Amino acid sequence: MLHIVACIKQVPDTKIIKMNPKTNTMDRSSAPAILNPYDAHAVEEAVRLRNRYGGVVSVLTMGPPPAVKAIRKCIEIGADEGYMITDRAFAGADTLATSYALTKALEKIAQTRPIDLIICGKMTIDGDTGQVGPGIARRLDMPPLTSVNKVVEIDSEKRHAIVHRKLEDGYEVVRSTLPCLLSVEKEINEVPYSSLPNMLRAARYQPHIWSVADLPDIDKTQLGLKGSPTIVSSVWAPPKPQGGTMLEGTQSDQVSQLLDILMARQELFAAASGGEAP
Amino acid sequence: MPEKFDAIVVGAGPAGTACAYELAKAGVNVILIERGEYPGSKNVMGGVLYRKMMEEVVPGFHKEAPIERPIVEQRFMMMDKTSAVTFSYKGMEWAEEPYNNFTVLRAKFDQWFAGKAVEQGALLLNETVVLECIVEEGRVVGVRTDRPDGELRADVVVLADGVNSLLAKQLGFHKEFRPDEVALATMEILKLDKKIIEERFNLEEGQGCTIELFGDATKGILGTGFLYTNKDTLSIGVGTLLSGLIKHKIKPYELMEYVKTHPMIRPYIQGSEAQEYLAHLIPEGGYRSMPKVVGAGVLVVGDAAQLVNAIHREGSNMAMTSGRLAAETIVAAREREDFSEASLDDYRKKLMGSFVGQDLKKYKDATHHFDKFPQYFEQYIPMVNRAASQMLTVDGMPKREKQKKIWRDIGPAKEKIKMARDLYRAWKVMK
Repeated sequence: MLHIVACIKQVPDTKIIKMNPKTNTMDRSSAPAILNPYDAHAVEEAVRLRNRYGGVVSVLTMGPPPAVKAIRKCIEIGADEGYMITDRAFAGADTLATSYALTKALEKIAQTRPIDLIICGKMTIDGDTGQVGPGIARRLDMPPLTSVNKVVEIDSEKRHAIVHRKLEDGYEVVRSTLPCLLSVEKEINEVPYSSLPNMLRAARYQPHIWSVADLPDIDKTQLGLKGSPTIVSSVWAPPKPQGGTMLEGTQSDQVSQLLDILMARQELFAAASGGEAP
Repeated sequence: MPEKFDAIVVGAGPAGTACAYELAKAGVNVILIERGEYPGSKNVMGGVLYRKMMEEVVPGFHKEAPIERPIVEQRFMMMDKTSAVTFSYKGMEWAEEPYNNFTVLRAKFDQWFAGKAVEQGALLLNETVVLECIVEEGRVVGVRTDRPDGELRADVVVLADGVNSLLAKQLGFHKEFRPDEVALATMEILKLDKKIIEERFNLEEGQGCTIELFGDATKGILGTGFLYTNKDTLSIGVGTLLSGLIKHKIKPYELMEYVKTHPMIRPYIQGSEAQEYLAHLIPEGGYRSMPKVVGAGVLVVGDAAQLVNAIHREGSNMAMTSGRLAAETIVAAREREDFSEASLDDYRKKLMGSFVGQDLKKYKDATHHFDKFPQYFEQYIPMVNRAASQMLTVDGMPKREKQKKIWRDIGPAKEKIKMARDLYRAWKVMK
């Protein structure tokens, strides 16, 4: 019996979000809030492992009250329990403060049911840092396994996990002790269309909701904006590439067009070979 | 084993949500199934919500619902290519409680309304498509959705799946609608500063105005255009019978562009920025196109039952009333423990006895008449414009001369008789 906790986040859909051109910040009202896509894969992997080995999947999030919607989404995928920590004191947290708050919530969850495995998405699409997962692992003193694209085996008897970690030129097979924390790539699985019974369960589900007062031994100075040493000095949108020519037609058409263009601009090569060739 | 509910409502638009709200309020275990990501995400209407029928479901709703502006003025523009004769009513009694109607944006409003149904105890299920009704021994006993293990059972199923209801069609309640029974409406939501809207439309802060467009707005095709004020956007659109678009070989977006650049409209929307583009079918066949609305274990409400009054651009109010009446019928049928067609037929009787049935009956020939005789839009509206221009242009011609000229402009005696006959006919189909 495994207890797997997936840490998830509700994020604005950055595929369609608009940037405020004056402040260069995201106009969060311009995009619907969704479950971070990487996290859907984390939950799906947790559900698959539970189905394989038996056990319980819990999900945990920190966020404003509407983030309950993201928890329900996880129940739709097949999670058993959902926990949310929400409090004004958490607002403005960077990855350091976020990992602290989540760790405190994980400790509380573990009091009722010890945790064997924590799974996070690779990163969130609004922050793109990928730091919270490893931050939690460090705080809980468990091995962080990042860029996981396959879970080979979880053995709750021998207390180990074997996973594949994606590398630039392949993958490595890693064995870790349990408990450990995985942050997973999108390619680890495909999230299927949820079943109707799961949808019904999610529509009715009421998650466990905790505020700061519900978390014992919490150091308030490490929470929210106060606990966040990150300073964002400025944000800017990368300039859009200008000009350029699109080649159309079949592949061979495009190649011959490209060659024509390059041949017509011999000066490019002349400049490159202008110096003494080694 | 599929889960069983007392009632399943398919579609969380105004009809379905009103029905689910009333059922849940009466303690019925009801599930409301919506195919969109959330209620309102797939819905389109010009944007006028009528206070009375909404209030019959949620009293005092305007205090908390996301409404845009209470409408204090309704203008009707009869347009020619470079002119318009406008008729308007503005009344300050519409600027205060109980109000007459409001502009709304459906994406916000429907979501709120469905939330109210959930508060009453309805279970809302989004992102789920109902594929078909489950029929056993001649009666509807549940639905099959597109999800794995996707069956649900219920004593009664309410079809609120909108115009061109596939579910009602599968049950044989109606055939595929003809192109002259449905209108295609396209609309855009244009962002514009609140202050500018109020200045341009001659409004005090927070008040709203609607403009209905006839004639050249649709290039003479039977249909209407509209321009409504929201908080900080305008809703502009144009809808014509599908048959008219086919006949005149005009694409909907061409018509939309035409309206937006029309000299009577352009100044209203100048400097605005298109935010959303939407298109939808509107059932406009009226009384004669109404499908069967009751079967064993099944009721049809709202657009799915073709409940739209095209002449008065009313639909959402009829939808809500039909949903409410369906709920009343179901509650009574539950007491009798009888969901047979005969038992549920009370819904049809109530519906036809209410303003919904009465108004549909009153205008049963109107759309068809104007569709059959295009001269109203093609000839008479331009004629009214020319007459107004003639009378109001001060050019030294004596007024009696002008009247004679307008009279001559109608054409020879034959044309005058034809026009008199047309006016009589129009009065007859509208009375």
